[in-house]
Amino acid sequence: MTQSKSDKSSDVAISIRNLFKIFGDNPASVMPQLYDGIDKADIQQKTGHVIGLNNINVDIQSGKITVIMGLSGSGKSTLIRHINRLIEPTAGEILLDGKNILDLPEDKLRQLRQTRMSMVFQKFALLPHKTVLQNTMLAPMVRNEDQVKAEKEARYWLSRVELNGFEESYPHQLSGGMQQRVGIARALTSNADFMLMDEAFSALDPLIRTSMQDLLLDLQEDLHKTIIFITHDLDEALKIADHLVVLKDGFVVQQGNPQHIILNPTDPYIEEFVSDINRARVLRVGSVMKPTKTKKKVAGTVDAKQSLEMLIAQADGAVDGIYTVTKNDKAVGHIEMAQVYKSLVRYNLNEQRRAK
Amino acid sequence: MDIMAAFENMFSFLGLSEWCESGKQKSLISLKSLKNQEAPWWDIPFPSLDNLHKACGSIPQSRDLTAALEDGFLYVRPTLRTILDPITQPLSWMLDGALYVFTNTPWWILLPLFILAVQKSAQSWKITSFVVACILFYLATDHYTYAMETLSIIFVCTVLCVLIGVPTGILMARSNAVQKSLIPILDMLQTLPTFVYLIPLIFIFNITEPKLYGLAIILYAIVPVVRLTDLGIRLVDKDVIEAANAYGMTKRQLLFNVQIPLAMPNIMAGVNQTIMMSLAMVVIASLVSAPGLGTLVLDGINNLRLGVGFMAGIGIVLLAIILDRVSKSALKRMNKTYNG
Repeated sequence: MTQSKSDKSSDVAISIRNLFKIFGDNPASVMPQLYDGIDKADIQQKTGHVIGLNNINVDIQSGKITVIMGLSGSGKSTLIRHINRLIEPTAGEILLDGKNILDLPEDKLRQLRQTRMSMVFQKFALLPHKTVLQNTMLAPMVRNEDQVKAEKEARYWLSRVELNGFEESYPHQLSGGMQQRVGIARALTSNADFMLMDEAFSALDPLIRTSMQDLLLDLQEDLHKTIIFITHDLDEALKIADHLVVLKDGFVVQQGNPQHIILNPTDPYIEEFVSDINRARVLRVGSVMKPTKTKKKVAGTVDAKQSLEMLIAQADGAVDGIYTVTKNDKAVGHIEMAQVYKSLVRYNLNEQRRAK
Repeated sequence: MDIMAAFENMFSFLGLSEWCESGKQKSLISLKSLKNQEAPWWDIPFPSLDNLHKACGSIPQSRDLTAALEDGFLYVRPTLRTILDPITQPLSWMLDGALYVFTNTPWWILLPLFILAVQKSAQSWKITSFVVACILFYLATDHYTYAMETLSIIFVCTVLCVLIGVPTGILMARSNAVQKSLIPILDMLQTLPTFVYLIPLIFIFNITEPKLYGLAIILYAIVPVVRLTDLGIRLVDKDVIEAANAYGMTKRQLLFNVQIPLAMPNIMAGVNQTIMMSLAMVVIASLVSAPGLGTLVLDGINNLRLGVGFMAGIGIVLLAIILDRVSKSALKRMNKTYNG
């Protein structure tokens, strides 16, 4: 995972440019004021319009998981619905293969949704009158494809999400976690290169959620789909994100490599957000190491993908010592234990100490 | 003060005396001469058409209004008939055909088929055996033919109500404008007293035509299936619709694969209501020559034959229970597949 994160050469699959969404009677009338940089609360008070999205610019990388994180009301669900145009924007563009999705006529848009984009929903949104197998076959059925082939595909993906034997069940007979696995199998059977996941795991209880995240990462290792994942859960975001976009009140507060965001928050909002996470478990050796070789005596080697917690365990709690960091069994840098412990301290505490 | 004086003074004040006089019919005794006592001053009559007519002959009486309605109706009747007759003629044929088939098929052929249909749709031996018991009761008390007549009318009318009502409900669900324009009509159909339905129909059609009662029943019974189809489709889970859209379903696919199947429990509830309302109307329609158990009830009322009316009443109740239980258990089975 870490190696792909640092890989800057990957292609941009979808490019969101200056996207605005305003809810209200006459959204276009508010746009000039928005360009002047008026506050969200001000606009709501003066014009009665609510800003859903405020000048969003995000590049979604091909084959990576882009996580859009924000609290409720931050506009994240609105944003993901713009990508397949379930919601129409007020202004801006979304470029896919150089073409603006927002200009597509209805039939082309439908074709795009049928062949290139799949979606997983917070409340599963399975068809209650169809069996698990029929639900999984939704996309090929919508495309009027061969039933036998579609069924074979659907059975394969159901087995990949470990739902063999439930093909003839109805959704209401399954637990929430199982229903969402059907939702994922449905998205995968569509064979689309984009997968939009709208708070896909938020309705599940914590243990199931963790196992679903592992399942997703597992699948992604083979599939390399372009996934856009919405969540309000920072731990979830940090676990699965290749690229993290933090939304607040409809605008992007900070985006980038999640490890980088934890170590270098640019906004008090993000600082507050990241202050409660278990840094030892989230931060990886590769993010903290120095990319130079050390001449001092090393105590051992550690993989760049390991979390700091694993390294501390490996060092048996020792507070001194230096480890060589490897990536694919090649040395790429070194890390001192003192550095490890220092990076566990919250960013704002470090700042305060420096200020004194 | 004379009760008429007030209005007469008013008309003369307005300079309309001459116009009033011109409309006055000559009568041998003047109205005034009949009224010896003066009415007390507070007894001012409401200026209704009849009261104004007394003061001013040119103003029509209330009964002229009803007469004008009748004339108007008689005036448009030929046109209405030429339009409505060909459209509604198939209804007469269907009713006649169904009556013929239901009453002329030997009971030992019809009954097994009927029981099979009940078992197939209700899938409950309890209900089927109840139906068998009821049919035996009809056969034993010689009400079988009457019951079959009633049933055949309900059958035809319910099928037509569904064929017309479900597409109408779908249109209403898809367009707020259609919904807005149809709701007042549905409200009117639902609130008009059942007898009032018959009045315009008697004017337009001959009382011997089956389509007369067929139309009355359909107009009365179609409302619930239209309303509940509309409601059912509008109530389909928005998340599921969104998912269907996200996977690029066409409007047609959405309607047939998502909206109608998910609205089915509501549509079936509407069909159940429609069947029950057809039964209620078919009894009243015996007034306009609808055959069946209703004619026995009518006979009981007209000729004070308590026993005849009472037995027919029991027959109707049993029929109602059969129709309700069978359609409800079909509905229940459907709900079970959907929601567990």
